Amino acid sequence: MASMRDIKRRRTSIQGTQQITKAMKLVSTVKLQRARANAERSKSYFTCMYDTVSSILGRVGHIEHRYLTAGTSAKKAVIVITSNRGLAGGYNSNVIKLVTRKPEWNKEDVVVYALGNKGREAFTRYGYQVRECNSDIVESPVYADAMALSGELLKAFADGEVGEIYLAYTAFKNTVSHVPTLLKLLPVEYAAEEEKNPGKAEAVMNFEPEDVEALDLIIPKYMTSLIYGALMESAASENGARMQAMDNATSNAEEMINDLALKYNRARQGSITQELTEIIAGAEALG
Amino acid sequence: MADKNTFLLRIITPDRMFYEGQVEMVEFNTTEGEIGVLPGHVPLTVILKPGILNIYEPESEKNAALHAGFAEILQDQVTILAEIIEWPDEIDQDRAEAARARAEERLRSRTPETDIARAETALQRAVARIEVIK
Repeated sequence: MASMRDIKRRRTSIQGTQQITKAMKLVSTVKLQRARANAERSKSYFTCMYDTVSSILGRVGHIEHRYLTAGTSAKKAVIVITSNRGLAGGYNSNVIKLVTRKPEWNKEDVVVYALGNKGREAFTRYGYQVRECNSDIVESPVYADAMALSGELLKAFADGEVGEIYLAYTAFKNTVSHVPTLLKLLPVEYAAEEEKNPGKAEAVMNFEPEDVEALDLIIPKYMTSLIYGALMESAASENGARMQAMDNATSNAEEMINDLALKYNRARQGSITQELTEIIAGAEALG
Repeated sequence: MADKNTFLLRIITPDRMFYEGQVEMVEFNTTEGEIGVLPGHVPLTVILKPGILNIYEPESEKNAALHAGFAEILQDQVTILAEIIEWPDEIDQDRAEAARARAEERLRSRTPETDIARAETALQRAVARIEVIK
């Protein structure tokens, strides 16, 4: 049986850890609330954007447009949004797995735009081609960052460097449920979008400039808003995941402390009994 | 229910609901030129260019500098999805003046590498900002 001193030392150490995880949980709870409010505020912009784009695409139907057809290059650009710091449960690895476990994707064909240090480290380790991105933006995303990133990607798409653009992020459903999601940004998949809005009366909408030109201008904005929305949701998910992970850690620590307290008391009782036996035995021997 | 002389105007930015209310008329600059929208307009989607946004409320008038985005006009509702928009009191005049000088300088001393479209947009933005403060 472990000595009383060992058990006590162990317990103190776990109590220290518990304090840290508890504090981290509180911090991420506050951050989560802020990130969530931001994500919700940006949602109305995104919803409007989505409606407009699908209404345009629903109207123009199957036309030849550079944003609607895949580029000739076999390369795929994937924006992967992860966190800069760990201790967030499966948050990072789930998003990374989404890309690495995709069966039809070859390592050589994928260019990773890694946002977040964790993702960058992981993809470099796996031997992917990683483009340097400013990882600081995942902490508190602003719209200009999303604009810069989507500009860069559109340029790569226009130059024929990449044929398709994907976005891997963690969608924020609610505080406890975060879903890693892989989204195709370009070419825009309009067939799926048409089906979603079958009954909407779009017949009367006019466009200035004409449809095709309007698409040229709106799709980059659409992409930016998707990236921005993904950044917002990921930030909320990150904090949610960390909050959950820290909550689990805190209750695990609690459990261990209780267990150790029991062991400690048992050891204490054992040592007292032993001492008594020794004293009695000693007294008897003298008598 | 609002009366026939006004319509619902919503201006949404990625970060916030910039404006929401019943207005009589709204004016802004689009790629096809400046337009003013009254209630009962034909449904129209337009792309915005940097310029001044004028909101005519029944009682008062408001201005803002609107830089990029697009607008969806319906008969009884106008939704402006603005990437960048500012109220006059959010604009830093010195910065706007400096930006204008910089853009003008770039256009004047143009070299083959100059991104003319970008410089022109920057100039339009700066001018819109300065105009709206006045």
